[in-house]
Amino acid sequence: MENLLEIDNLTFSRSGRVLYDDISLRIVKGKTTAIMGPSGIGKTTMLRLIGGQLKPDSGDIRFKGESIQDMSRNRLFTVRRQMSMLFQSGALFTDMTVYDNIAFPLREHTKLSESVIKTIVLLKLQAVGLRGAAHLMPAELSGGMARRAALARAIALDPELIMYDEPFGGQDPISMGVLVKLIKALNDALQLTSIVVTHDVTEVLTIADYIYILAEKKVIGSGTPEQIKQSDSPLVQQFLNGEADGPVPFHYPADKLENAFLGVK
Amino acid sequence: MQWLADIGHNTIDTVRSFGRAFLMLVGAIIAKPQLIKNTPLTIKQIYVVGVQSLLIIIVSGLFIGMVMALQGYTILVDYGAEGSLGPMVALSLLRELGPVVTALLFAGRAGSALTAEIGLMKATEQLSSLEMMAVDPLRRVVAPRLWAGIISMPMLALIFSAVGILGGHIVGVDWLGVDAGSYWSIMQSSVDWDKDIVNGIIKTFVFAFVITWIAIFKGYDSIPTSEGISKATTETVVFSSLAVLGLDFILTALMFGIE
Amino acid sequence: MSSRKVEIMVGLFVVLTIAAGLLLALKVVNQGMSSNTDSYTLYAKFDNIGGLKARSAVKVGGVTVGRVDSISLDPDGYTPVVALKISQKYTKFPETSSVSILTSGLLGEQYVGFQPGFSIDGIADLAEGDYISDTKSALVLEDLIGQFLFSKND
Repeated sequence: MENLLEIDNLTFSRSGRVLYDDISLRIVKGKTTAIMGPSGIGKTTMLRLIGGQLKPDSGDIRFKGESIQDMSRNRLFTVRRQMSMLFQSGALFTDMTVYDNIAFPLREHTKLSESVIKTIVLLKLQAVGLRGAAHLMPAELSGGMARRAALARAIALDPELIMYDEPFGGQDPISMGVLVKLIKALNDALQLTSIVVTHDVTEVLTIADYIYILAEKKVIGSGTPEQIKQSDSPLVQQFLNGEADGPVPFHYPADKLENAFLGVK
Repeated sequence: MQWLADIGHNTIDTVRSFGRAFLMLVGAIIAKPQLIKNTPLTIKQIYVVGVQSLLIIIVSGLFIGMVMALQGYTILVDYGAEGSLGPMVALSLLRELGPVVTALLFAGRAGSALTAEIGLMKATEQLSSLEMMAVDPLRRVVAPRLWAGIISMPMLALIFSAVGILGGHIVGVDWLGVDAGSYWSIMQSSVDWDKDIVNGIIKTFVFAFVITWIAIFKGYDSIPTSEGISKATTETVVFSSLAVLGLDFILTALMFGIE
Repeated sequence: MSSRKVEIMVGLFVVLTIAAGLLLALKVVNQGMSSNTDSYTLYAKFDNIGGLKARSAVKVGGVTVGRVDSISLDPDGYTPVVALKISQKYTKFPETSSVSILTSGLLGEQYVGFQPGFSIDGIADLAEGDYISDTKSALVLEDLIGQFLFSKND
């Protein structure tokens, strides 16, 4: 199987805090890969590293065999047209309608005529079920609709790689179901390669082909959903079952409570 | 020792932010301007920062002209010099009040809005999203706003001065009975195109550039939280007002100080 | 916001600015002598120029015919030299003309009063770069008071 994206020995730290320590990932072409982990381990940062918005301290991130951190700005911009990212908030441009939002990447990067753009935009909107909302402003959409509109924008240029940043976060069960179905359908129909960053275990297990679990700056488990479920790593099991305490401690590192009260240093 | 470290820390921070501000400017306007693509965006921003500030500028200009005529008249009439009302109103508007008051109003009205808008675009990941769509936010978002500010504010200042002179006419001539002929003709004999009007316009261009730069940089560099944006907006108004007043002194000394 | 409305409003903004600019250019700013309209330069040496400044008016019988272009000190005699820019509309002043530094009103600003001399045959007209020899300096109030006091003592 061909790897679209390869991450080797990545180390990254921000404001003095190490987020990743020597981790390696493989994203297989045409598959959906999930990156999971507890909050605050910098899952979004991983997507920004892949998109070239941040540079790793050491290690290598290769997109189609080409190292992203070594690219010139122009080359990076060219490569980014083949990838696309769905932000947690949707990040629709608030000063234009849904229609213009989706037409935006087409108008920026192609020389298509307005009538062709109209066809493409309406098709993409139809795919996410929002053709009727084309004339609305982003502020008039619900959270779930905004995310679907953003998804339509993300696929406007038919990218090869699409990155979802917490696509299910803060959604009601119906919107969540719609999004799960959409991501799955898009993946199958367009032969997209997807990276889903999330901590929603159950949804991910249904759509992912391969899962990486990050915690404590390392990859603590990886494999297909079946393999992950049967993992004997206590860390993985704690994460899957949502146990409050375990290898990932409930308490933020601190000295003993007695000491804090008694003033012992 | 702590205070020494604090001074050093603050100095380094300040120098760094100047560096970032300069890089932003370079990225936005110096490197490869995209004229054809940016013109419609710039026109839209001229609407936002210029046209929407028009009302406050006209109203303030009118009242400031009227107040100056009223104040000036009561002083000048004691010396029988109420004929000099015209040049007094015109010169103070063209040289000082037009550029400075417009700049302060512009900083409050348009500068703060620019900071808040760009800060929010950052907070809602719109800027990141542009980056990921392979569109440079410096050119797409920053450059049109910068140009719009630099173009709009001198226009506003010109309108402000003209309206102020008309306001002075309303109070001085129509109410207080200064002779209309002397209002205009003495004004004409003492206002000079190069010295007064052109220098005033140069001032407004400098102010426009500084205010817009500060406003956009503060938004672009803000911490993307509601607290960070509110701090950035306040800083925009405070810093650009101080910068305008300081620069005004320097420019006035350079232009009018040495005869 | 439709882009048409934006365009109309921006157009209105531009028109307003032009109107303001025209008002300033036509009604407010002084015309004719403001910039490099056709003019020629005459020079005059004074003992004392008082409060005369560059851009003060040059008047013939109350009519402004030019402006003071610059004031400098003649390095030889340490006397002030005043360059007068006279409008090309007013030429043919005879060489016997005189200039004096006068004050408009009791507290007004100082200007150069220009008295055309008699033109008789054999006397040329003043031309670009000529020096006017007949000059009267500014009246300095302190000197006048001094003279008045001394004359009383006599």
